[in-house]
Amino acid sequence: MSALLEVTDLFKTYGTGEAATRVLRGLSLRLDTGEMAALLGPSGSGKSTLLTILGTLMKPTSGSYVMLGEDMISADDRALTEFRNAHIGFVFQFHNLLPDFTALENVIFPTAVREGRETPAARARGRDLLSRMGLADRIEFPSANLSGGQKQRVAVARALMNSPELVLADEPTGNLDRDSANQVMDLIGQINREEGTAFLISTHDEKIAGFCRRQIVVGDGVVTG
Amino acid sequence: MLYALKIATRYLTASKAQTALLVTGVAVGVFIFIFMSALIGGLAEFILSRTVGDISHITIEAETDDPSVLISPEGHVLVVAERVRTRTATLSEAATWLPQIEGVPGVRAVSPQISGAGFVTRGAQVAQVSVTGVEPGRESAILDLAGYMVEGDVRLGSGLIVLGRDLADDLALSIGRTLRLESSNGVTAALTLSGIFKTGNGSMDSARAFVSLSTARTLYAMPQGVTRIEIKLGDLNAADATALRIRALTGLDAVPWTDGAEQLMEALNAQAQTGYFLKTFALITIVIGVASALLLSTYRRRPEIGIMRAMGAGRGFVIFVFVTQGALIGLMGGIMGAALGYLALLPFPSRDAFEPGTLPMDITQGSYGLAITLTVIGAILASILPARSAARVDPVTAIGQ
Repeated sequence: MSALLEVTDLFKTYGTGEAATRVLRGLSLRLDTGEMAALLGPSGSGKSTLLTILGTLMKPTSGSYVMLGEDMISADDRALTEFRNAHIGFVFQFHNLLPDFTALENVIFPTAVREGRETPAARARGRDLLSRMGLADRIEFPSANLSGGQKQRVAVARALMNSPELVLADEPTGNLDRDSANQVMDLIGQINREEGTAFLISTHDEKIAGFCRRQIVVGDGVVTG
Repeated sequence: MLYALKIATRYLTASKAQTALLVTGVAVGVFIFIFMSALIGGLAEFILSRTVGDISHITIEAETDDPSVLISPEGHVLVVAERVRTRTATLSEAATWLPQIEGVPGVRAVSPQISGAGFVTRGAQVAQVSVTGVEPGRESAILDLAGYMVEGDVRLGSGLIVLGRDLADDLALSIGRTLRLESSNGVTAALTLSGIFKTGNGSMDSARAFVSLSTARTLYAMPQGVTRIEIKLGDLNAADATALRIRALTGLDAVPWTDGAEQLMEALNAQAQTGYFLKTFALITIVIGVASALLLSTYRRRPEIGIMRAMGAGRGFVIFVFVTQGALIGLMGGIMGAALGYLALLPFPSRDAFEPGTLPMDITQGSYGLAITLTVIGAILASILPARSAARVDPVTAIGQ
């Protein structure tokens, strides 16, 4: 398996002086293409910070980060935005859909914002993804009218819209009941197997972690297992 | 950018009540702008029509000859002939110039005249008058004499005279009565009163007399030529340029009405400045309103902006979404305000029918296009600050909210 991303000796400190909080303390990690990994660890261990840095939404205080052969540390905001749009998908704990848009409009957002318009091809892929998520009858529903589980499946579809190599999921089932959580994880597993999309899923839930082939444990700002 | 337009439109339609209030606020500002434009413009029009409407917009008078100087063989000045005050300079070739002046663009009417001083006597009563001889058929070319007639006929034939109401009353004259008019040249003529006018201007109604040009030739011993040519323009604001053109064309000393009307022009300029201030305040109100509403919207939508940024929306895209919202609000408010302004101005009389006691609103001076354009520009400028604020939203912080 080839390396999808590799971070080495990552440090992240919030604040300065006596108020400084060191969250990552020399964390190193490699994730391979098509891998499905769970990120485990107690609250405050640095899981969310790591996901944010891997998602190029924040830069570390020091360390290196290379993804798909590109240096993510030296890239500017514009380059990171374009890279993120093309290669990384996100699923958040609270789905974070755009409330004034329909399910389909939410799903095709990453493509539309790149192309400057909603193309027929994007709409077709969006419909296909929503159908695969079991939401064929909710395509034109305002996202605000969907249930929690449905919203999270829309968020998964949105994350997959641009066929990214990596999807970062931060507690994707943390706000769902057990049945909905299992449903979402089944879908994620299916996408991983069929499309080879790598997933890194942050969770506290051992059962959710059980869906993944690899468990990465973070503690005190470093990988401990 | 089509997609950014869609997002902007969706944001505006998602909060219908808020957008409606905002657009209404902008529309009120535009309405005030248009109302003030129509009022200030109409007021200026009204003042001008009342002060300049009945006078010549360009006047051509003969240049007075320089005093003659007698030089001795040794080169000394022997006699300086002082200008004779009663002598009237004449435009001896006026007839030659008239067709050319009438052909100048913007010239509405031309009236060759012989004017001078005189005394009207009836029995023992004597009154000093300013006499104007005009060509029959051109009586109302400059002063709307026909419009001011209260008795008799405006047409001036040989042996006829038209006087003001006050003068006719002072002399106890009625239509058809005969009076004597003695010119400053000492020529006396017996004339029949054929018409009485009332302009509302006391000096004119009590001291002006109109006779035919042929009668004036006799009175002022001027067998040919005229003393002045008065010109009326379609647009009195074009007087300066048209006077220059006539000067270049004829070589005559054409003087626009603005010469010597500095005080009036200053008053009109001051009025216009007041209008600019009021309109500027209206625009500032619009800008502040749009900016504050969009800043609130930016704050409310911070999590969404964070999501968009995380999904690959660049800062430029976010800026465009918010600036487009500002432009759309400005456009909608501008059009709505302009339409309301136009409808509100419809009941007012047209500029040609201003009457005392009514607001002289000129619907044609509403500056509708300018109001909409400035509003859109103002709204765009107002949205730049919120848009930049939105573009600076940190996705990590915003998504965590």
